[in-house]
Amino acid sequence: MRSLFRFHGGVKPATNKAASTTEPIVKAPLPGRLVVPLHQSIGGTPCPLVRAGQRVLKGELIGAADGNVSSAVHAPTSGLVKAVEPALMAHPSGLTMLSVIIEPDGEDRWAELERLNYRSTPPDELRDFVRDAGIVGLGGAVFPTHLKMNPGRESRTRTLVLNGAECEPYITCDDMLMRERAAGIVKGTAILRHLLQADEVLIGIEDNKPEAAAAMRAAVQAEGESMEVVAIPTRYPAGGAKQLIRVLTGIEVPHGRRSTDFGVQCFNVGTAYAVFEALTCGHPLISRIVTVAGNVDRPRNYEVLVGTPMSDVVRLSGQRADTNRYLMGGPMMGMRMPGFDVPVVKATNCILVASDALFPPPPPEQACIRCGECARACPADLQPFELYWFSRAKNFGKAQEYHLFDCIECGCCAYVCPSHIPLVDYYRFSKSEIWARERDKSASDQARERFEFRNFRQEREKEEKAARLAAKAAETRAKLATEPAVDCAAMAPAADAAEDPKKALIAAALARAKAQRAAIQPKNTDNLSAETQAEIEQIDARRRTTGSASAALAPAEADPSAPDTQP
Amino acid sequence: MIHSPYIRKPASVQRVMGTVLVALLPGIAAYVWQFGAGILVNLALASLAAIAIEALVMRLRKRPVALAVTDLSAVVTAWLVVLSVPPIVPWWITLLAVIISIGVAKHLYGGLGQNPFNPAMVAFCALIVAYPALMSQWPGAGQLDFAAQLDLILGGARQPDGITAATALDALRTGMRSGASVGTVLSGSDAFGVAGGKGWEWVAAGYALGGLILLGTRVITWHLPTAFVAMLSIVSGGFWLVDPAQHASPLFHLASGGAMLAAFFIVTDPVSGATTPRGKLIFAAGIALIAWLIRSFGAYPDGIAFGVLLMNICVPLIDMKTQPPVFGHRGERT
Repeated sequence: MRSLFRFHGGVKPATNKAASTTEPIVKAPLPGRLVVPLHQSIGGTPCPLVRAGQRVLKGELIGAADGNVSSAVHAPTSGLVKAVEPALMAHPSGLTMLSVIIEPDGEDRWAELERLNYRSTPPDELRDFVRDAGIVGLGGAVFPTHLKMNPGRESRTRTLVLNGAECEPYITCDDMLMRERAAGIVKGTAILRHLLQADEVLIGIEDNKPEAAAAMRAAVQAEGESMEVVAIPTRYPAGGAKQLIRVLTGIEVPHGRRSTDFGVQCFNVGTAYAVFEALTCGHPLISRIVTVAGNVDRPRNYEVLVGTPMSDVVRLSGQRADTNRYLMGGPMMGMRMPGFDVPVVKATNCILVASDALFPPPPPEQACIRCGECARACPADLQPFELYWFSRAKNFGKAQEYHLFDCIECGCCAYVCPSHIPLVDYYRFSKSEIWARERDKSASDQARERFEFRNFRQEREKEEKAARLAAKAAETRAKLATEPAVDCAAMAPAADAAEDPKKALIAAALARAKAQRAAIQPKNTDNLSAETQAEIEQIDARRRTTGSASAALAPAEADPSAPDTQP
Repeated sequence: MIHSPYIRKPASVQRVMGTVLVALLPGIAAYVWQFGAGILVNLALASLAAIAIEALVMRLRKRPVALAVTDLSAVVTAWLVVLSVPPIVPWWITLLAVIISIGVAKHLYGGLGQNPFNPAMVAFCALIVAYPALMSQWPGAGQLDFAAQLDLILGGARQPDGITAATALDALRTGMRSGASVGTVLSGSDAFGVAGGKGWEWVAAGYALGGLILLGTRVITWHLPTAFVAMLSIVSGGFWLVDPAQHASPLFHLASGGAMLAAFFIVTDPVSGATTPRGKLIFAAGIALIAWLIRSFGAYPDGIAFGVLLMNICVPLIDMKTQPPVFGHRGERT
């Protein structure tokens, strides 16, 4: 028996998982319309590769990864691209995102699929393949997976952690995936292990999922892999990557550091399965398992195509009448959706159907009595109430000093707070204020630098000009001294040139300018052919006549087109 | 805006305060059993006054009245004040104590959650300085019937000498002043019981039982009571071992005066106390040390209230210097 470590705090809310695990995963039917957002991972937004009116096949690339920190997007089924336009995102902001809208043709015909033998493919190619298969972290963070398939600085990983903890209440998509497709997960994990050169593989599953753990153990044995399935105590947020790594290995990965720096890498079980599907079957990530739970008659897990409207999926489970919103994710960290028909995306692990009866609005906020319940519940070992006081006072410096940015927003503090203070909201407020200030500061820093450089440049140019003028003046003076009567002899003021060198200078300059003016001719009238010359003269003559005519008619309005030709 | 989490533990300030009131009941029961029902009159009076003052001040501050009155925090303060002062103080002392604790020590600093000083202890200190005589008239066990107590509380002339007895701490202090050793004082007065003051040791036991309720329901953590009891035992025990003739035993210190009430109900006030685990240990130990020093060498028979206020002053510093390491930052200096 492996000895486990524990993380501080955590809470044990009612798990509400049983209801959605009674029925197997079922494929959701093809919807009438798919809205596939192009930006479905952390990083750059893929640019669309299809136009409205174009036919696409299932699995066809419709958005190519924009740079390395990005992930590709594919057509979830075959059909017609109706539009490429902004559509409402699955995000509480209510903002829109460029999306490819596909009308399925019902044939569900696959594009030509490319498979890969991971053992005979160099790692770089494997990573590119995974990026182009659109695989991102399916635990909810949607971090591009290919970026994590890297052994890190020491070029080898000690422990590969597979996250099957699934600690959020209601969500059972990983549970059901492990029960039903354990072999695929284990095969995918073997691929990840190969890339990371990991010594050991630990599959962490909360001990409230014995069926999943048993299925995984059986699959590990059947595949002949040396991986250890570890049942961990059920305590939210044990499924947080850092908490799970802590429980399994005892290592604490601080905020802002990569777990690979400590020889650990962590993937969600769903991600491992997606890697397996991509390499072995050639299927890019176009669907995922989604739990539908909460205010529905038949909670269940569905395999849903990315881009399917959430309401289409929820309808399958029998949405209850008093439903007033959908949450994406669980009740601890889920996000409220801006509408019912926002599309299922790669991050959608659960559609939690909510009503005010199921998730009543919080009681009125009361004063903080510093009871410290939040500090006892905080898995990041923070003093949440101190952060609350600092956030309330907008004392952001102090908040950062007390490690505000180590907060993982798991919600444990707000869950236990007897004063019903929406603590996490305060931290989000502080974080966004600090980010905004840093943005402002860097913007104003840039502006100040630009301004200072402009002043410097203007000053420098002034000095250079002065130096140039002085040099020129000296030169002219020297010239005048050696040959006093050159051009100026013809000029009237030249008489007193000897007495007043300044006047002489001016006179000389004037003379030079005159000569220059005389020398300058309109360049495009040089070297003209005889006919053109004649034509120009003709036009000039005509202009002269009309010019004088119009001048005669309206002397106040001289023809502006030919001012120079006025007699 | 994101508003997760959408579920909450069924916890409330009201429930916390209610648990504290329930936990006080064993101590109050022992009090009534040993010293008569007079304390109940003052408790009822103080509770009503506390709610009235809370409502009045919240109204003056233009804050929601209903929420503040129903959170029971004012009632907890009122009960703690009444249990800290003699049970037979006249009604206006009780009223004054409630006004000072809730009106001044709590609301002048900004209300619930904002007060730097323990409101009950502020009231106690103000009154013992202002009315030292009334504040030191403690009845002996079984000495006064309910009618006599009611008469003392609700009015009438007071003849202190006839109606009160010296408490254990008082008797010990007076006896020691006259040059006697601890042993002779303890055996020579009927103010003493088995461990501490006669009758009072039962009340202390009641408070300790209530403290276990608070620990069991996780309203308080072990740090504060343990550090308080440990420090009081260590410092009194050390001197007692060296010179038992001049210093009372740890058991005597723990069972006398407000030690048990303080250990579980006074030093555990979350608002004005230290909040970090290490900070709690320092805070409670500091109070115990100051209390013992005042008991042994000071001008007052008991020093817990002063100890609490003095340590309240140190709380921001203690909290700042005892911040526990954050996840992933263990081993770094914070």
